[in-house]
Amino acid sequence: MAQVSLEGIRKVYPNGFQAVQTTSFTIQDGEFVVLVGPSGCGKSTLLRMIAGLEEITEGTLKIGDRVVNDVDPADRDIAMVFQNYALYPHMTVRKNIGYGLKNRGNPASEIAAKVEDAAKMLNLTEYLDRKPAQLSGGQRQRVAMGRAVVRDPALFLFDEPLSNLDAKLRNQMRIEIKALQRRLGTTAVYVTHDQVEAMTMADRIIVLNAGRIEQIGTPSEIYHNPASTFVASFMGAPPMNLIRAQVEQGEVRINGYDGLMPAPASQNGPVTLGIRPEDVVLDDHGNIPFRVDILEELGAHRLLHGVVGEQPFSVMIGKDDAASTGTATLNLKPEALRLFDPETGRKL
Amino acid sequence: MKRAGFDTIWLPVALLMPQLLIIAIFFYWPAGWALQSSFYLQDPFGFGSTFVGGENYTSLLGNDQYKRVAVFTILYSVLVTFFSLAIALLLAIKADKVIRGAKTYRTLLMWVYAIAPPVAGFLGILFFDQSTGPLTKFFQMFGWDFKLGVDYNATATAMVIVAVWKQIPVNFIFFLSGLQSIPRSVREAAMIDNRSATGRFWQVTFPLLAPTAFFLLIINITYALFDTFGVIDALMKGEPGNNPMTLVYKVYLDGFRGNDLGGSSAQSVILMVLVLILTVFQFRLMERRIHYT
Repeated sequence: MAQVSLEGIRKVYPNGFQAVQTTSFTIQDGEFVVLVGPSGCGKSTLLRMIAGLEEITEGTLKIGDRVVNDVDPADRDIAMVFQNYALYPHMTVRKNIGYGLKNRGNPASEIAAKVEDAAKMLNLTEYLDRKPAQLSGGQRQRVAMGRAVVRDPALFLFDEPLSNLDAKLRNQMRIEIKALQRRLGTTAVYVTHDQVEAMTMADRIIVLNAGRIEQIGTPSEIYHNPASTFVASFMGAPPMNLIRAQVEQGEVRINGYDGLMPAPASQNGPVTLGIRPEDVVLDDHGNIPFRVDILEELGAHRLLHGVVGEQPFSVMIGKDDAASTGTATLNLKPEALRLFDPETGRKL
Repeated sequence: MKRAGFDTIWLPVALLMPQLLIIAIFFYWPAGWALQSSFYLQDPFGFGSTFVGGENYTSLLGNDQYKRVAVFTILYSVLVTFFSLAIALLLAIKADKVIRGAKTYRTLLMWVYAIAPPVAGFLGILFFDQSTGPLTKFFQMFGWDFKLGVDYNATATAMVIVAVWKQIPVNFIFFLSGLQSIPRSVREAAMIDNRSATGRFWQVTFPLLAPTAFFLLIINITYALFDTFGVIDALMKGEPGNNPMTLVYKVYLDGFRGNDLGGSSAQSVILMVLVLILTVFQFRLMERRIHYT
C-alpha cells in the first residue's frame, strides 16, 4: 500500500508527439483512482509510465517515498492487469499466477499456498492446471487478477481490463474488482474509456483530454459540477445538454428563444449553457417551448430528443410520465444550470 | 465447420491430378528406379546389369570411406544447423529491438537469401582464396595455414561457414516474425513479473517461439543434409581427393563420376529412409510438444 505522486510528469515521443502534457497529482494510500478519456487522450501512456513500461520524459514519479523514475518495472512493487489479459499461453493457470512470486525468490511451499489462496478467492481452484487457451474470457480475466493479487503489491494498475468482456460479465467483474480492491486496501489506478466504469468504480476520477487533465474529482463532483464542456459531454449518459446562450444583466437568454432566467454568473456576453437532461422538467405551464422529435425508451426512464430554440436538446422523464412527439413546454431547474465559456469551454 | 461436397468424383480427381502427376513423375518414378537399381550392379559402360540382391547395401556398411562421410555429414549438419539457428536468433532479437530504420536493417539482412547456393560457394572461394582471401588472412593471423581444397579441416571449416552464412537470412526472417507475433503485453507482463531479461527470454519469449524454432530446426537439418550440394561442389573445386563431403554429394560422385549406379542408388535409398524418419518425427512432435497461443 502506498501513496503515488506525479510531479510535473510529461511524455514526448521521439517523433515529437506530446502524449501527456505536464501533469501533477497525488493518489492517496488505498484510493481507487480512474483515469478516463477518449482514445488517444494519454490515459494509457500515463498508466504505462507509472508501470515503468514507458520512459518518463520529464518530471518525478514517486511510489511511497521512493522516486521510481529509473526503477525497473519489476522493482516498483506494482502489479498490472492488461486489456487482453497478457497471460503466458504456455504456462498453466497455477504457473501464470505464481510466476512473479517465483522470480522474487519465494520458497516453493509459500508460492503454492499463496497461489491456492488467490485461486480460492477468485473461484479458480478447479482450473489451476489448465492452460489459458482452455479458459473462457471471464476466467482469463480472473487469472490476470489472480496474478496481480497474489503478489500483494503496493499498487494495482488496470489497463482497460474489462473491455474484452461482454456487457453482463463486465458489470459483474466491475463489482468484483471494486470489492476486491476494498478488501485488500491496495491503492489502484484504473484506466478506461467507459464513463460508466469510471463513475461506478472510482473514489476519484481524473478526466483526460488530448494529453491534459480536464478535471479531478469524485464521481459526484465530476457529474454535477463539470469543469468544462468536454467533461460535461463526456461524463454521464445521456450527456449534459449544451446550448448557446447570452448573459445580459444577470439573466440568461437561450439563442433563438426570448425567455429569460436568472444567471448564475455575473459576466455579460455569449455563454454555453449546460443542464443535465434529468434536471429539466416537462411542464404544461413551462416557459420554454420544446419540439420532441424522438422518444427513446430506456426501461427505467425515457429520453426525449428534440430541439430548443433550434439547438439539439434532450430531456429525461420517468417511465410512467406521459410524453409524445410534437411540441411541449419545459422548465429548467435554476440550481442545475451551469455556464461555460463558449471559447475555451471552461466553467464560468 | 461447413463441409462442401462434390456431385461427381471426377471434378476433385481432375483438380488434384496436376499435383499428383508432378509428384508421381518427379518423385515416385525416380524413387522407384533408384530402389530397383540399388539391387543391381550396373555395367560402367551401360551394356547391362546384374541382380546382386542386398550386396550394394552390405558393401556400403562395410565401407570405411562411407562411414567417414556419414560421420562428417552428421557433424556438418549439427554445426550448420546450430550456428545458423543461433546466429539468426541473436540477430532477430537485436533487430526486434531496433525501432528507427528497422526496415532498411531487415532488408540488408535479407539480401543474402537471394544468392544462389553455387554463387555463395564461389563467393566463399573468393573469401578463402589462398593469397588474397580476407578470411584466409584472418585464420593465418592465428597461425593456421589455411589451404582451401587441400587441407581437410580448412575445407570443412569453409563449407560450414558458407553454408551457415547462406542460411541465416531465412532463419532470421522466421525468427523475427515469430518474435513479432508474441503479444507485446505478454512481454510487458513478464517485465513486471521478472527482473532478469535473460530469465524472461528463456521462460517466456523462447517457449512462445518454440513452434517457429522447431519448424526451423527441421528445415535447417534438411538444408544441411541436402541443399548444401552447390556450396560443397563449388568449394571442392571438382577435386574430391582428400576433401570432406556429405552423403548427398557422395551419391552424385559415385553415381555420375564413379559410374557406380547401383551403389549410388543404394545410398540414395538410405537417404530417402532418413528423410522419411525425419518427417515422421517432425509431425509427431509438432502435434504434441508445441504450445500455440
